[in-house]
Amino acid sequence: MAVRDLLLKVENLTMRFGGLLAVDRFSLEARRGDITAVIGPNGAGKTTVFNCITGFYKPTEGRIALAHGGENAFDALQSLTDSGSQHFRTDGEALFLLERMAGHDISRRARVARTFQNIRLFGGMTLLENLLVAQHNPLMLASGYTFLGLFGLPGFRYAEAEAVERARFWLERINLIDRADDPAASLPYGAQRRLEIARAMCTEPVLLCLDEPAAGLNARESSSLNDLLLFIRETQGTSLLLIEHDMSVVMEISDHIVVLDYGKKISDGDPAFVRNDPRVIAAYLGVEDRDVAAVTEEIEA
Amino acid sequence: MAATDTELDRAPAPEPVRPAASRSGPDVGKALKSAVLGGLVAAGLFVPVMGLRTVQTNFGLTLRDDWPSVAWAVGIVFVGRFLLSLLVWQRPDRRGLAELMPAQAKPLLARAATLLGPALVVLALTMPWFPNTGRVQLDLGILILTYVMLGWGLNIVVGLAGLLDLGYVAFYAVGAYTYALSAHYLGFTFWLALPLSGALAAMWGLMLGFPVLRLRGDYLAIVTLAFGEIVRIVLLNWYWFTGGPNGIGGIPRPSFFGLPFKRGEGGFADFFGLHYSPDQRLIFLYYLILALAFLTNFVTLRLRRLPIGRAWEALREDEIACRSLGINTTNTKLTAFALGAMFGGFAGSFFATRQGFISPESFSFIESALILAIVVLGGMGSQLGVAIAATVLIGGFEYFREFAEYRMLVFGAAMVLIMIWRPRGLISSRTPSVFLKQRKLISGEHVGEGHG
Repeated sequence: MAVRDLLLKVENLTMRFGGLLAVDRFSLEARRGDITAVIGPNGAGKTTVFNCITGFYKPTEGRIALAHGGENAFDALQSLTDSGSQHFRTDGEALFLLERMAGHDISRRARVARTFQNIRLFGGMTLLENLLVAQHNPLMLASGYTFLGLFGLPGFRYAEAEAVERARFWLERINLIDRADDPAASLPYGAQRRLEIARAMCTEPVLLCLDEPAAGLNARESSSLNDLLLFIRETQGTSLLLIEHDMSVVMEISDHIVVLDYGKKISDGDPAFVRNDPRVIAAYLGVEDRDVAAVTEEIEA
Repeated sequence: MAATDTELDRAPAPEPVRPAASRSGPDVGKALKSAVLGGLVAAGLFVPVMGLRTVQTNFGLTLRDDWPSVAWAVGIVFVGRFLLSLLVWQRPDRRGLAELMPAQAKPLLARAATLLGPALVVLALTMPWFPNTGRVQLDLGILILTYVMLGWGLNIVVGLAGLLDLGYVAFYAVGAYTYALSAHYLGFTFWLALPLSGALAAMWGLMLGFPVLRLRGDYLAIVTLAFGEIVRIVLLNWYWFTGGPNGIGGIPRPSFFGLPFKRGEGGFADFFGLHYSPDQRLIFLYYLILALAFLTNFVTLRLRRLPIGRAWEALREDEIACRSLGINTTNTKLTAFALGAMFGGFAGSFFATRQGFISPESFSFIESALILAIVVLGGMGSQLGVAIAATVLIGGFEYFREFAEYRMLVFGAAMVLIMIWRPRGLISSRTPSVFLKQRKLISGEHVGEGHG
């Protein structure tokens, strides 16, 4: 298989909270159309990396670049960094420096969507409303920033019908179409996870970041989640970046795995490589005291 | 799914296992204990309220005690609680108040509830023409409608966007002073000043919005409260411009498309060939505030169905999720503050033209608290609930004037009772802004209250 274009390039990402070094010079490359997984023991700094990429934290140091379009988009990286602006566009291509952008702009302009470890739905709003809120920006434009919409002009009505149609598509895809008019808070846990993914997809992202999407799911739900994620990659042209503890999900669908431990990257490669990497095994299972020397030797070699 | 739910409802509930004592007869000791406890609480309340009174005599204020009244009050509570405990609360087949309603009455009641809104609209439209409507009733109607409008305006900020605003009266004051000052210094008429009042109040809404964007909960409440007080104190001390505590008088009355409400030639009555009556201006003012209130309601209902309205509600539910979906939370909050303030400003300029005289005294914190109470009692986000709460609160205030000092006591008790029975306000369910197959009301328990 030919090497795919670079989509996301994280370089030397460092995040410090007071005296705590949560992420230490972390680098990551994610390719377009890939499912990239970030794994690691609890507290390794995975969610912090996510929060930096999606703009919830401003990283202490480092560069996070994301490209839209062709393979040459990254050519402008150095000049963009030096220019001090947030993004650089040519026809059909665009390059964004996420660490310089505001949280909502990362979703709106750079088209990075995310879900949360503890699900964050709009509980008192219906499923349909949840999916329409996700289409806020195009709808806002269609409503002439509210002024035209206030008078009920047809342009807005068409745009809204289209938005409802997209919501219907995703509700059918996640098997929740029958509950479209129920409040999101009334859904069972697994369904809430699916709805959150569908909501993120309604923003039409280039990159979808999923924070432990399989947490709390049973085996059947977890396998249908795999199908959903593969469907998103195949049909929507969206690349995925996921944090996951469930190895059945990670090993089955990931193209590329990055392992974090104590804020540092300890392994990077395809699933087969990572699975057999002694450093990963040591990080996950720990090492007996008497084996430390042997393992260290193996790692050094 | 739905069918099984109703079947479950109809199935008889299993008889709960009860302690043998309650079967063998009422427990007198238990009843006595609860009665003594009730009596003690009553004594604690009534001794300072009824037992010790300050009376104005020739020698100044003196304290006069009134123990017989206290004894009566405590006695009534004691006996009442004893009897209730013995005869009602200990009965094995005791049912809640809600269960006393016959089953077939429930759908009927639900139907009646949907007609309540239109019925209130018709009532509001025809009120001035009822045979027994006089000046007093019209005045009260105008007052109630002013608060309905203020409640609806604040509802945008508190009910929809979930931002607790304790200084809403500041915008009311800005609107009122905009008209009063522009009429006084520049000779503006009401109709010219009305849009200006709204615009200036909206601008002050933005001014308040910017510093409080990052605040939530208690912190937001305190800053908005301070903002309300700052505006009032500035009005009070800016003596040469606002007249300070003396206020501004002689604010011109509104005209009917240029026709003043006056006796004789060139007036409203003369132009339409009617007999002059001072009630005509009152009726005009009534319809004016009704139209303004309807405008507020119409715009709010419209906005709820637009992306901005949904973004407000989403903001109330979860601000972080909003940001992750590309919603600019700063702008969304600011529009909520500005729009809410704008309607407050409109109401303020109406207040100025109705009163003819304004002073900073009319814009104290208690007004903010009252408007907020209307929104909370009505049910946050519910337009109908706010209208009902405004009518009950303001109407009740005026009608029970003769109760004097007990009025506040009754007001407090009513609020406590409503919060016990309906903790999410009179109308707690939320109507979805859009639906695919069927519009289902969303129970209040799912709806977020906002972070501040």
